[in-house]
Formats: sequence, C-alpha cells, structure tokens
Amino acid sequence: MNTVQQSEQAFDKKDSKLVISHIIFAFVALLIGGIAGLLQGLVRSDMIQLPAGIGYYQLLTAHGVLMALIFTTFFIIGFLFSGMSKTLGGKLLPRARTLGWLGFIHMGFGTLVATVMILLNKATVLYTFYAPMQASPFFYFALVFVVVGTWMSAAGMIYQYRYWKKEHKGETTPLTAYMSIITMSLWVIATLGVAVEVIFQLIPWSLGWVEGINIMLSRTLFWYFGHPLVYFWLLPAYICWYVMIPKIIGGKIFSDALARLSFILFLLFSIPVGFHHQLMEPGISPFWKFLQVVLTFLVVIPSLMTAFSLFASFEIYGRSKGAKGLFGWFKYLPWKDIRFFAPFMGMLIFIPAGAGGLINASNQMNAVVHNTLFVTGHFHLTVATSVTLTFFGITYWLIPAMTGRKLTPKMHKLGRMQTWVWVAGMAMMSGAMHIVGLFGSPRRTAYSDYNGHPDAAAWEPYYIIMAVGGTVLFIAVLMMIYNLYKLFTLPKGYEEYPIGEVSDLAEKPPKLFERWGFWVSIVVILILMAYTIPVIDILNNPSGGSKGFVTW
Amino acid sequence: MHIHKLEKIWLVFGIGMLGVFLLILGISTFSYGLEPPSAHQAVNMENLYDTPPFDELGLNKLNDKEYEAILTAYVFGFNTGDEEFTVPVGSTVHFKATSPDVVHGFEIPGTNANMMVVPGIINHVTYTFDEPGEYLILCNEYCGVGHEIMQTTITVK
Amino acid sequence: MSQTTEEMKTEKEVVRLKDNKKTKHEEVNLKGTFASVMLLGGFLIITWLAVFILFLVRNG
Repeated sequence: MNTVQQSEQAFDKKDSKLVISHIIFAFVALLIGGIAGLLQGLVRSDMIQLPAGIGYYQLLTAHGVLMALIFTTFFIIGFLFSGMSKTLGGKLLPRARTLGWLGFIHMGFGTLVATVMILLNKATVLYTFYAPMQASPFFYFALVFVVVGTWMSAAGMIYQYRYWKKEHKGETTPLTAYMSIITMSLWVIATLGVAVEVIFQLIPWSLGWVEGINIMLSRTLFWYFGHPLVYFWLLPAYICWYVMIPKIIGGKIFSDALARLSFILFLLFSIPVGFHHQLMEPGISPFWKFLQVVLTFLVVIPSLMTAFSLFASFEIYGRSKGAKGLFGWFKYLPWKDIRFFAPFMGMLIFIPAGAGGLINASNQMNAVVHNTLFVTGHFHLTVATSVTLTFFGITYWLIPAMTGRKLTPKMHKLGRMQTWVWVAGMAMMSGAMHIVGLFGSPRRTAYSDYNGHPDAAAWEPYYIIMAVGGTVLFIAVLMMIYNLYKLFTLPKGYEEYPIGEVSDLAEKPPKLFERWGFWVSIVVILILMAYTIPVIDILNNPSGGSKGFVTW
Repeated sequence: MHIHKLEKIWLVFGIGMLGVFLLILGISTFSYGLEPPSAHQAVNMENLYDTPPFDELGLNKLNDKEYEAILTAYVFGFNTGDEEFTVPVGSTVHFKATSPDVVHGFEIPGTNANMMVVPGIINHVTYTFDEPGEYLILCNEYCGVGHEIMQTTITVK
Repeated sequence: MSQTTEEMKTEKEVVRLKDNKKTKHEEVNLKGTFASVMLLGGFLIITWLAVFILFLVRNG
C-alpha cells in the first residue's frame, strides 16, 4: 500500500542535515545554560562564591538567554522543519531549505555575539533587557540577528506550505503542517513587538543617536512579545501531544477539527495579554490591565480542550485493548516507551504549571507572587519541564529518524532514567521555589541575608532544597547530553517519524480554519483593542525619556 | 463541529470556572478598591529631589494612624529621608515611590505591598500594619550588581 | 522543484479520504477522561482559591 511505502522511506538527507544542525545547536545551548544554572543554585544558597570576577547576574543572563531563547527557538525551528518536510511532500523545496539555512546562520551568529557580550560583562541585563539599563549595542544587534533569522525560517516554512496548497487545491493541510504554520505565524506577529523595541528604541539609544528612551513603552513592547513567546515554546509540545503521541501509543487522534480549533484560539488570544506581566506597574490603567487579564483567561480554554483530547485518545486506545473500569486504560499506555514517557511526564507537570499560571495572571492576586521565586518556579514547570521533557521525548525518535537508525531497549531505559532524574530535580527545585516565593523571597536575586532579617532567615532552608534540586537537574542535563550522543551511535535501521492518524469517527475540519486573512484580521483587531488606548497613554507620558545606565 | 457530550460538559464547567474567577477578581477590583498599583502621575527624573513630593522624603502624618511614606528606590538602596520609617500599630501607610535611575521593585514580604518602581512615574501602594514588628522592604526587580543588598525596614510598634 | 502530486500526498491525506462525514462520538466511552479532567478542574479551583484566600488574609 501507498501509505506503508511512504512511511518506510528514509528521511531526505539534505533535510536531516538542517534539522540535526538545529537540534545540536539547541543542546549545546542547553549544556552551557545548564552550567550557569547549576552555579546560580549554589551561589543563591550561599554554598559557593564565584571566582574570577564572574557575576551572579552575568550567569543569570546567560542562563535565561541560552535556555529560554536559544535552546527553545533552535529546537522548535529544527523540529518544525522536520514536520514540514515529512508531511508536505516528503522533502523541503530547495528554496525553503535555503531559507532554513539562512535562518540558522543568522540565529547562530546572533547567539555567538550575544554570548560573547554576556561573557565580557557588557550585557548583564538578563534576558528581559529592561531599559534604562543599557547593554552594549552589539548585544541588541545580536538579538536582531536571532529574530531576523527566525523570520527567514518562518518564510521557508510558509513557502513550503503555500506551494503544497497550490499543488493540492481543496485538500486539507496535514495537521502537523497546519499547527506549525500557526506556531510560526504567532511567532512572527509577536516578535514584531520586540523588533520595534530593539530597532527603534534600544539600538538608536544605545548608540547615542537619541538621548532618552520611553521606559514604559519599551516594557510594553517587550511583554507584547514576552507572553506569546511562552506559547511559541508550548505549541510545538502540543504538536507532539496532539499528533505524535496518539501514533506512538498506537491509537488515533481524537479530533482533528478540535485540535485545529485549539491552535486557532492560541493564535487569537496569546498575544493581547502582555499586561498580565505588568500588573504591578504604574502608567497602565486598572481597566486595561483587567481587560488583558480576561483575554489571558480566554487562552486557558484551548488548554482545557487539549487536556480532554489527550485523555480521550489514551482512554479510547486503552478501551480498544480491553481496559475496564474508570481508569483501567492507564495501564495500557506504553510506559516503557521513552517517546511516550518523557512527553507524558511533561503533560502531567503541566497541571501544576497551569494552576500556577492562573494564579500569576489573576490581576490583584499577582501582588502575592509578583517578582518572587513563585514565578521562577512556575516557568521551570512550564517551559523547563512540560516543554523541555516533550522536546527530549521528540529527540529520542527524531535523531534516529533523521540518521537512519533504530531505537534500542537500552536507549529507552537511558531515556526513562534521564526523565526521572529531571522530574525529581525539578520537583525539589520548583517545589521549593513555589513555597518560598509565597513567603516573599524575590526572584533574580543573588544570596542575601538582608542584614539578618528573620524573614530572610526563614527562606534559607528552601534555598538549600533549590540548590540540591538544581544539582540533580544538572546531572539530568549531562545525562541528556550523553543520551544525545548515544542516539547518534544507535544501530542502523529504520525509526518511524510518528504522525498520528485521525480517528475514523472524526470529521473533516471546516474550510474556514485555513482562511488566514480572516484569522490574522481578528488577531490584529484584538491587539488593537487591547493596546491602542494604553499605548497612546504611555506615549503621552510627559516625563520624557531616560538616559541609559550601566549598573553592573 | 461535533463535540463529545462529556467534552461539552467539561468545557462548560471549565469556562464557568474561569468566569467565576474573573467575576471574583473583577468585583473585588472595581467595587472594593483592590486595584493593582497603577498610579499614573509622571515626574521629572532629572531634578527629582527638587520636585514635590520627593523634595521631602519620609513620613507625613495625614490623619490619626494614616501616613504617607515618600521614598525613592535607587542603585542600590531605598531613600526614606533622614531615618527609616516607624509607625504605630494599626497605621495605614500610603507608599509613594519612584526611581532616579533604573527600574526597581518594592516589596514587603508577607504582605500584599508589592509594586514596580519605574523612573519617570510615581507608583503607589497602601498597606495597613495591624501587627507590630520590623517589616523588611526589599527590591524584587533586578537593578544591577548590588540588587541583593537593596533594603530598608518599616518598624511598627 | 519536481515533486509530483503523488509524492506530495501524505499518509494522513490518504487516511482522511476514507473518513466518513457523520460522526458518532457519543458512543465512545469517555467516562475516565471526564473523571480525569474534572480532577484537573478541581485541582485548579483548590490552588486558585488557596492563593486568593492568602491574598485576602494578607490584605489585612
């Protein structure tokens, strides 16, 4: 049968090169970022002091940039290119591949320059680079290279998609490609904000071409980008959960149409919500803050849909194998399969992660947790566990599928061990962060006993747990790097690129779902609704601009 | 589009839950005055310490057990005037703060007093101190190499 | 740029051609799924209320 032949085909060599380059770059960033993270944990608990004039905040900048921006973005673009190649014709068009390489070179160059500037202590501004702290112009230029590189890759994927659509008039786009296009569209729309901030505010100001910077405008532009950024991390994990996991467990995709709908909702509601990161700030009216809180809660809905779909595909599969009782189907899931197990632990941890997110975004309640370690604990569950473990889970089949190798039972075992160590380390570290954050311990702060104040003394035991958890996590990073190496030495063979089939019961998605002009218009309208008046308000701020400060 | 009956119930329940959360937040925000700190007043950074109210830092008594605390957050400390704040038990204190340099944070751990201190704008937060003690005030926004030493106290007795 | 339509056809497309329009999801037993998501909902409510109460207590 046609289907069988198709799936037994080896992955296109030129495409695998592009994908693997992205994945390896991502894991190098993970390793360096992991070293920075380990040292931070040890400094914050007062176990070590940094030698040779390395600063805590320098490490923190490196950790944030390399983990949150570089590891994620490189992995995501590599993964999405592989999915486009796999589901839209079996290989990338030459132009799409060229754009992918151009993107890789730009992002890679930007990353190197940014890392050098951080190491030279010229850009100790953390990954949020809030003005009026002023980094070297080279750091800002480096960020432009990274972002423009991602746009090139996005253009490559959209090119591939449009060509496919032209050749397949009237057909529904494969789910993987559809979701990838939404993810990249979300990214492009979101990065416009940070691009405007960097190109029109930070660069001219850091070069001394303009005297002052509008601080609130720069923060608002950053968070216009900063929240969709977290959905840019999450959506590729959702692609794995929706499309790959059903195939891996041997089941079917529960509902193709609902999966697409949830991605559309993410596209609509994950952008006009940046104010929920600025709830404690002056210069934005309570009404506009609350409006964006409402929009933030709307973006929870697609996740509620996702939870149902995932459980449903598990249950339907389990029952088809004869599972009995309310939860009997759980036993039928392939627990020994690392391609399932790592992402499953990610899903599980998304439950407390989502609960924390609701708390953070709850308007005045944010005062309890704002800028405390609770927030740090929260995103170490979302991006650093749910997303990261899913990415690890993807890596276990992606590398063999790209290189024509076959997973072995031993590899599955190494993977399960790595996952458990990660989960254990994160449970300790993030758990302690959540609790001590509720007590008020600030995030992004080096060790301090606050002149022996009893409040700060009560936080210290939690710092020890964080340091132990952080050390365990670093061991898990090393295990993952080892596993990555082992993946390249697996025996030659064939490993499937798992693309789920839609349940026979599911219906064809409505045509409306691919009317991009329509959806992007709604996105633009929502953004204008949520931002126009507050931004005019900010622009009218009569205090003028601020000069730059180097405070590190 | 077809949706399973149980999924419909789940979505109605979930959306209802979010709606109830928002209702609780909205009513308490706008009817009971629990807005997050959102002051709008601009102030010139350049000659900040000549500009009211920052030309006279420290506590102003407004009423019996009601005070206004004028302070700045700077690299790396809190400027509270000649001495650290002291108020009687049961006092309501309106903190008004800005920054002459970079963005800082203002947080009293264990309370809801938590706000961003942004240069060029004055931010406010109000807290009533019903328990005696020496409350820590710290900076919770990274502001530079001495960020972790930024602190002051408010003594309630 | 020499892909033929045949090559471009993916596994999933082939599968979908076989799909029937009318669906009967109602027949599928998803009681366990429903119980699971309701537990998840309960967890969200409990944690949210806990911090909301903490907020009220700390508001004095």
